[in-house]
Amino acid sequence: MNFSFLKFRKIPLAWLLLTRQPLRLAVAIAGISFAGILMFMQLGFRDGLFDTSVTIHKLLDADLVLISPRSKSSISMSGFPKRRLIQTLAVEDVEKTTPVNLNYLLWRNPENLKTRSILALGFNPSDSLLLDKGFSKKAYKLRNPSRVLFDKLSRPEFGPIEEWFLSEKKVETEVAGKRVIVEGLVELGPSFGADGNLITSRETFLRLFPANPPGSIEIGLVKLKKGSDPQLISRILNNSLPNDVRVLTKNQFIEFEKNYWKNSTAIGFIFSLGALMGFVVGCVVVYQILYSDVTDHLPEYATLLAMGYRLKSLFFVVAREGFLLALFGYLPAYFSGQILYSVIRSSTKLPIIMDADKTTLIFVLVLVMCMGSAAVAMRKLVDADPAEIF
Amino acid sequence: MVKAYKSKNNVKNPKTVSINNLSHFYGKNENKKQVLNEVNLDIDKGELVLLKGPSGCGKTTLLTLIGALRTCQSGDLTVLNNQLNGASRKTRQILRRSIGMIFQGHNLLRCLTAEQNVQMGADLIKGLTYLQRREIARNWLSAVGLEEHHKKLPNDLSGGQKQRVAIARALSANPKLLLADEPTSALDSVTGREIVTLLRKLAKEQNCSVLMVTHDPRISDMSDRILNMEDGKIYGAHSELI
Repeated sequence: MNFSFLKFRKIPLAWLLLTRQPLRLAVAIAGISFAGILMFMQLGFRDGLFDTSVTIHKLLDADLVLISPRSKSSISMSGFPKRRLIQTLAVEDVEKTTPVNLNYLLWRNPENLKTRSILALGFNPSDSLLLDKGFSKKAYKLRNPSRVLFDKLSRPEFGPIEEWFLSEKKVETEVAGKRVIVEGLVELGPSFGADGNLITSRETFLRLFPANPPGSIEIGLVKLKKGSDPQLISRILNNSLPNDVRVLTKNQFIEFEKNYWKNSTAIGFIFSLGALMGFVVGCVVVYQILYSDVTDHLPEYATLLAMGYRLKSLFFVVAREGFLLALFGYLPAYFSGQILYSVIRSSTKLPIIMDADKTTLIFVLVLVMCMGSAAVAMRKLVDADPAEIF
Repeated sequence: MVKAYKSKNNVKNPKTVSINNLSHFYGKNENKKQVLNEVNLDIDKGELVLLKGPSGCGKTTLLTLIGALRTCQSGDLTVLNNQLNGASRKTRQILRRSIGMIFQGHNLLRCLTAEQNVQMGADLIKGLTYLQRREIARNWLSAVGLEEHHKKLPNDLSGGQKQRVAIARALSANPKLLLADEPTSALDSVTGREIVTLLRKLAKEQNCSVLMVTHDPRISDMSDRILNMEDGKIYGAHSELI
């Protein structure tokens, strides 16, 4: 057996230097973990915002989406003539279309009678709206007037709708001051823009929101025939249709929504800034710990230099300390982040998840934070003068 | 018995240290102060030399210059065949690996056990495995009578024990030159003599030269030569044999 690796085994100086003062190490780990948790929370909220803003977009059964050029996002949709959607049928590759009305209406909690804004989608129940195959059965019930499907993932402030519905109690309430009956439950999910959602027929939608012109829709869904190229058809339609409508592929529609939150609002910036603050706090904590550690051990480092150790070797010791701090600080942050994400998910219904991208990004940030601070602390090592130790 | 591992340094010059007209200054302009004044000194291989003198006479400066810890300003200073006047930082760093240093303040690493402290010296020897380096450390610790204390941290050792660990650390790197600053000041007379006996034995067996700054009269009879230093000059450098 080859034991040549033993040649490279050394006394774990970095580890021993760190663990010599357990209290200081605990403070350092707590500081780094706190910074890590802060970054997990801020980036979690930011990504959650972007993800939830397109929850419904992802569920729509469409290859192309028509919107008004004046629309900015799902919370600020403008209408366009429904006939533009009918015009798309002139293109051979278009299989079917679904006109959709979308707006925020006031929902009355049937339990405490308080009102709250809810996102309402109106469509023809015979058309296809969502990718969920079981949805068409539920949509059938919307043929009767004043019937709605309630999103069971909506926030609890809308009332115990799911509980009442499942207990076969008739769930009746008001939307926009008009009586509606809940005929079924769907799973869409809340977003930063909407705490809850409901789906109804266009007929009911127009009754609930009479100000909306009957010939105007907010979204036009276009389903293409199999094998069609959505990019190509999107270009053809954009060239052939008048300027009062814009044709996007489904992915472009998702990006359109995300870009609104990223670029047109301060929310994305605020959460990124929050993450940056966490990073800065972590840098300060790690730098303080490593700097005082180097200062405390300066005579010992000078002794090692006097013995013939290279300054570079001592830099590596500090770098290893930084790496160990990153590792030990990150792990509690990761596990705390998991717990906090779970708490946020259950209390806000926001899909904040610990995905691989976030996990990796924050580990890299913590590593950069610790190694960067170590690099700055190393400057102090240059002060270690071996001639001063005699 | 301490095992000796060969270092890479092959000394061809019979003199371990050769100094000619070495001068050294601190400060600049009107604050410039001369601490070494044209010092001349030769130390042979295997020789044990004591350096005495009042405080501030330049002993420590001389020790740090020979130990390649400072840059040489004026005169010739050759240590283990390396001319240190104009030597690069890298040359001095490599040379220091062949020089053992025993400090008055021990300067042990507080987070390391006695054995690990000694092994930090042995770790500078190339080509040995971790276990071999640890064995060297244990052997030297045993040689200074601290075998049973190898797991103790410096804070759990007495002043004398710390000094012995520092001595073992200096010796574990298999040095060709040993520089010691008051190595016996924290030791009782019996231990002090034991340590100097050990250093003398090493000097003779391994051709390791020893330059020791000391005020301890109890060990004067154990050296090959005693040098007196005053106002930056050495007296009795070549002639005063004991």
